[in-house]
Amino acid sequence: MARTSPSCSRAASRRRRLGRRRSALTAPIAGLAAASLLGLSACGGGGGTSDQANAWVLNGGVWPVVEQDFESWNEENPEQSFTVDSFANDVYKERIRTAVGSGEAPTLIVGWTGGTLLEYIEHDYVVDITEETAELQDQLISSVADNGIVDGDVYAVPMNNVQPVFLYFNQELFDQAGAEVPTTWEELLDVVEQFDEQDIYPLALAGGSRWPMLMWASYLTDRIGGPEAFQGVVEGDPDGWSDPAILEALERCQELVDAGAFDPNFASVDADQNEDARMLADGQAAMVLQGSWTYSRMLEDHPDFAESGDFGFTTFPAVEGGQGDPANLVGNPANFWSVSESASEESQETATDYLSERLFNDEYVDQMLATGNLPPLEGLDEQIAETEDEEFLGFAYDVVREAPNFQLSWDQAIDPSQEQALLENLELVFLGQITPEEFAENMNATQGG
Amino acid sequence: MTQTVAQSAEEISDGAPQVQRDGAMRQSRQGPSFLMALPAVLFFGIFALIPLLGVLVLSFMSWDGLGSPEFIGLDNWVRMFERDQTMSSLWLTFVFVVICFVFQAPVALLLGVFMAGAQRYRALLSVLFFLPLLFSSVAVGITFQQLFSPNYGISSALPFDWLPSQWLGNPDIALYVVVFVVGWCFVPFHSLLYQAGVRQIPVSLYEAATIDGAGRVRQFFSITLPQLRYTAITSSTLMLVGSLTYFDLVFVLTQGGPGSATRILPLDMYISGFRNYDMGGASVLAVILVAVGLTLSLLLNKISGSSKMESDKAGM
Repeated sequence: MARTSPSCSRAASRRRRLGRRRSALTAPIAGLAAASLLGLSACGGGGGTSDQANAWVLNGGVWPVVEQDFESWNEENPEQSFTVDSFANDVYKERIRTAVGSGEAPTLIVGWTGGTLLEYIEHDYVVDITEETAELQDQLISSVADNGIVDGDVYAVPMNNVQPVFLYFNQELFDQAGAEVPTTWEELLDVVEQFDEQDIYPLALAGGSRWPMLMWASYLTDRIGGPEAFQGVVEGDPDGWSDPAILEALERCQELVDAGAFDPNFASVDADQNEDARMLADGQAAMVLQGSWTYSRMLEDHPDFAESGDFGFTTFPAVEGGQGDPANLVGNPANFWSVSESASEESQETATDYLSERLFNDEYVDQMLATGNLPPLEGLDEQIAETEDEEFLGFAYDVVREAPNFQLSWDQAIDPSQEQALLENLELVFLGQITPEEFAENMNATQGG
Repeated sequence: MTQTVAQSAEEISDGAPQVQRDGAMRQSRQGPSFLMALPAVLFFGIFALIPLLGVLVLSFMSWDGLGSPEFIGLDNWVRMFERDQTMSSLWLTFVFVVICFVFQAPVALLLGVFMAGAQRYRALLSVLFFLPLLFSSVAVGITFQQLFSPNYGISSALPFDWLPSQWLGNPDIALYVVVFVVGWCFVPFHSLLYQAGVRQIPVSLYEAATIDGAGRVRQFFSITLPQLRYTAITSSTLMLVGSLTYFDLVFVLTQGGPGSATRILPLDMYISGFRNYDMGGASVLAVILVAVGLTLSLLLNKISGSSKMESDKAGM
């Protein structure tokens, strides 16, 4: 689930549109950017790169905005400039670990917090930035920012869009089946039956990519047992995965599969190609549980459907009798910046200056909103009301701010060595090849190892 | 053909005494100087031998990529051999190598023989056959993934009910589907080898056979196949060792799934090292792969008797 919102091309088209409006502005900016790039490469060629701050960023989604921001920062602060390299998501995840482990980490490290951040802190790979980012913290939505705080100290600050998981639906299909969008588990089961009678898949699920199945397991666990249910796992409790809420959540996942809730070919559906969202758009499936990037992606890939008024979004249904607050969210709170311990003092200062003075400046926030992405900041209501995607951004903004708890995706929250086992065992649960008890047993065996 | 060979042989024998007269008699008899092999040896040492030694050392250590590696003796080896996945990956790799070979070898041979001929449109068809060789494996993987999509791929596009709706998501057939795609990519390369091999066969052999009354099939089995012996050995060695260590297409197509239905050993090594951050365990798997690969190529060399290789064209 550690994806960046893949809305790059849409961002580009938005920029093109914006560009027309602001062409008077953008031309000189582009010129400056090019000049600063030249300046940078001259700098890098001159040696002494160890003294210069650097940052690794990803590509796609909102990352071009981040890169642009570095360029204009470099322009304004030639004494404190960054070199920036960009990577594809998976490549980044492989490289960053060895880079951090061998003391070659970039000054600013992108992360997803969770288990990896805890490891970094344990080995002193990242520095405490509590003081330097105190002012920034006040502007951030706390349920998001909390992910970067460990034992009261700040080691990471959110730097891009909030990525909660929502339930998206096709209103036309609901009208056709005479069904109501479900707000509770019981209603969901009823709706599943109604759609099955109509020969429409109630839910699309990109099971071939495995991580979308996590969304079901973690939302259900949270609704049934509250955020505490998963705490045992995170804290390394040897029986953590046997929590009754987790077992019940997995039983309900199997119940959904048995009830024909998912497209029967879900094991072959791939999320990287956004096949699940496509099934929603062309009327093959009525609902899909996916990350917030699905919205901007839908506008780009299936504009007809997205603008037809049938493209709906809501929160995950409540579970009757469950202890979790139905306002809780699951997903990736955001990507976070951490500052590398192995960087020179000078670079570290450059990095913290950037974080405290520059992060989430007006231009940055405007660009994010313009591409349908939500920054984790307080006090954006007015700005959101002015955007084209006011309906979705407004909905997401309210839900994120009101969420008592924002559960980080399980695959990021746990120890990185468990991630693969989790995805594999969860797949087996969904395929009905193992029971929830066997899942718990297999996963408990990976605890603390 | 035979004429050109004879000509060049004459040229060589003409030139040789000259060299000897220049006083480099011993060297010319020993072949090229070691210095000429130096770049290759250095390259092999730096990029193959040294990392290999590193992996061997790492297989006795516990390391998750962060912090410093810790020496733990044989623990990794014991652990990896007791792990069910290792054995099932080894078995899957064996199956993968065998069916890759059984699928690719005959197709490549027949295509190669066909392309060496002089039929109509042969050049055009050959270009089409070679296309897969030019594509990047990631692009091929993603394209086939789309083709095998249950909702938007061939299964939904073609009106045949017997087509399975799940290809890569069905644990029973996923491996065969992967073998097919891998074959699609590599058959052109091996056909190229066979095509070159067939072109080397003297036409006089076929002429003689025709006079003796041998038909096309008989000619294929009695002349073409035996003459292609050494090409077949080269191609088979590349095919077997190549599929033993094959990684990229499988990774793009299935990531080893569904479950672990296509998790062959190289993929298992990658997942252990770069997904589970168990560098020690992954190194054990890497050493096993190297050992199996070396044994296999040595064995092939022994069986095929490349040391005893002699000319097929003696007397022609």
